[in-house]
Amino acid sequence: MENSEKSKNRPRIGVYVCHCGLNIARTVDCEKVAHMAGELEDVVVAKDVSYACSEPGQHSIKEDILANNLDRVVVASCSPRLHEPTFRQMVQAAGLNPYILDMANLREHCSWVHMDDPDAATEKAMDLTRMSVARVRSLQPLEPETLPLTKRTLVIGGGIAGIQAALDLADNGYEVVLVEKRAAIGGTMAQLDKTFPTMDCSI
Amino acid sequence: MTDVGRHPRIKLYTLSEVVDVKGYVGNFDVKILKKARYVDEKECTACGDCTKVCPVVRPDEFNLGLSSRKAIYSPFPQAVPSAYVINVNECLGQNPAVCSKCIDACEKGCINFHMSDEEIVENVGTIIVATGMEPYDPTEMDEYGYTRFENVLTSLEFERLVNAGGPTRGEVIRPSDHKRPRSIGFVQCVGSRSARKGKSYCSNVCCMNTVKSTLVLKEHAPDMEVKVFYIDIRAFGKGFEDLYKRSRRLGVQYLRGLPGTVEELPNGSVRVAVENGATGALEFHDLDMLVLAVGVEPPQSTQRLQEMLGLQLTSDGFFLEAHPKLQPVDAATRGVFYAGCAEGPKDIKESVTQASAAAVRAIRLMHKGEISSEPITSEVIVERCKSCGRCAEVCPYHAITVDVKKKTPAVVNTAACAGCGTCAAECSFGAITMNHFTDKQILDQVDALLDQSPQEKILAFACNWCSYAGADYAGVSRLQYPPNVRLIRTMCSGRVDEKFIWEGFAKGAPVILVSGCHIGDCHYIDANHWTEKRVAKIHKKMDKLGIRPERLQLEWISAAEGIRFANVMNHLEALRKSVTPQEISQTVEILKADEKSVH
Repeated sequence: MENSEKSKNRPRIGVYVCHCGLNIARTVDCEKVAHMAGELEDVVVAKDVSYACSEPGQHSIKEDILANNLDRVVVASCSPRLHEPTFRQMVQAAGLNPYILDMANLREHCSWVHMDDPDAATEKAMDLTRMSVARVRSLQPLEPETLPLTKRTLVIGGGIAGIQAALDLADNGYEVVLVEKRAAIGGTMAQLDKTFPTMDCSI
Repeated sequence: MTDVGRHPRIKLYTLSEVVDVKGYVGNFDVKILKKARYVDEKECTACGDCTKVCPVVRPDEFNLGLSSRKAIYSPFPQAVPSAYVINVNECLGQNPAVCSKCIDACEKGCINFHMSDEEIVENVGTIIVATGMEPYDPTEMDEYGYTRFENVLTSLEFERLVNAGGPTRGEVIRPSDHKRPRSIGFVQCVGSRSARKGKSYCSNVCCMNTVKSTLVLKEHAPDMEVKVFYIDIRAFGKGFEDLYKRSRRLGVQYLRGLPGTVEELPNGSVRVAVENGATGALEFHDLDMLVLAVGVEPPQSTQRLQEMLGLQLTSDGFFLEAHPKLQPVDAATRGVFYAGCAEGPKDIKESVTQASAAAVRAIRLMHKGEISSEPITSEVIVERCKSCGRCAEVCPYHAITVDVKKKTPAVVNTAACAGCGTCAAECSFGAITMNHFTDKQILDQVDALLDQSPQEKILAFACNWCSYAGADYAGVSRLQYPPNVRLIRTMCSGRVDEKFIWEGFAKGAPVILVSGCHIGDCHYIDANHWTEKRVAKIHKKMDKLGIRPERLQLEWISAAEGIRFANVMNHLEALRKSVTPQEISQTVEILKADEKSVH
């Protein structure tokens, strides 16, 4: 009920610009980026934070979401390939759907690669944040589907690694299919004499 | 190894290879080709009667040709499974049976020439890739004379020679005259750490393997002269330094410098010429035997498996992990994990550690017995669908069905949909929405980017798995490149719709980049083929409209190619500088006129 009512109104976006210690803040003027973001349409709150991913960082964003009744969040920090799951969990903990989050990559794609040009890096950071706000505005909540799963593992290769993995899985009650291209398992390890550092037999 | 053979929950297929993988995390259908063994695996007691009568003698691969075996043989004494195997290409006895001596000798009747290769399909939820490594073949490093001189061996051949179960029962003798060598030299970094021949990376295990070998030698023969030619000794692991020190204490000589040439002496020994790094002097060392500490390479099967499972490789050719520090055993493909040398050269302890980690990561995914799927999938807007069938045609996963004849709207099987978005980009009627990467969401990003001073900016589309990750890698490596580029992430380059490009140029973008995984490496099987075709189509149209086609660039950048990403950015910036404000405004005008003519 509340959700459908919300969607009729304008989105309420929170923007959090992370310093990542000095990783971002040494090159990018995070305060300026946050200030710019605060002026954007639908942005209710925009702040710079020292470490968004830290426990206190996440806590303060969560509190903000609740206090300002936010329904969309932009975290301008590092690569989403690293911390998107972290921040999705964070917004979920604040009662929002995890898919209404977007990240602007101010570290890998900006501060770390334009270290000698802080002004241009800050300009770029503002653009990336602006783009992220534009995107987050129309993000929709999504629900994952639950699918059945086969509790079996294929292990390709019967050398020491394949053998160890197969045994660990099988000893834990999982079925294993072990495929080895040679006529016997053991791989390169079986050909070795003594092995370091213990100087004992390989087989 | 025996534990694997008798474990009730492990189904072992030897002489087998994975030839096809279909499906997705939780439900992979794996096709396995099991080659015929010609010996009944369950019945054979490994009595060896067959081998005694077999007339065919061949080099034994397990001993690297240092001994011989028959055409019916046991791979090695403690082999699992213990059953014998026939190499059918060597055997004289099949069809029509001209030999069949082994059949007569086998009391239990285990030998069967009518066995044929089998294709088996297994359904599994997770996959662990543990394909290991291959030792470097030093043939191309002719200066060491591996193929020319009999007493120059690889480290693996040496292993067989000192092994109590090996061809000489552990007696160290040199191949040319079967005499005990009085001096042995080891050459390090053969095929490793070289920009010229072999590989540029460190193979990780060769230093300690050589240290170990010197200890074994000193144990066998304390008087033997043992010399190691090296660049650095990398004894970094737990207990390694102690072993290295012990080796030095026992009188092994470590000489910094790799040999320039190796010559054979009349008595079969070799003369090694080396510049001693400590003294700077050119030295000659006469040695009875020389061992080349060969490096580790990815096995040949790597690329095929990579294509089958949609995995990525590092520039070294080993499998690339999802994250080098935080997800070191996960593949970027969900449900696939790495163990051992498949992911990079490593020793036994590291392989075992990683294998246990991979097993636990697989268990973590499986223990609930169900899996929640990523909701980033495509959705058909039924009212707009014209049932043309284009989406079904381009879907790499066959996740869309359309009955073109009956004109029923397309249906997406969300369980099979992996979320590349190619269907949405290819649909001419706007009848497919790609959730989380909708047209509106992406176009809004383009507009926000080009809202101010578009002439100074480069709009770049990057796929999540390769090019965006390649940009991340450039960042992690602190590679500096011009700051004008702004990336828009899509899951796959196949998602980049023609209209995103036109929108970019219409809003004044001087240069646009579309980037994705290399052809053949696409995370979504072959979706980037459609990217390539689409960009070619746009190039043609640009040419026709009088817009310089170079302004739209297509580049394939892998997750490991940070340097390439930075180079592409430099190239794009040079290109951007060549685009004048007049050219941009002309393009904007052209597209406005074109838009009017269409409507």
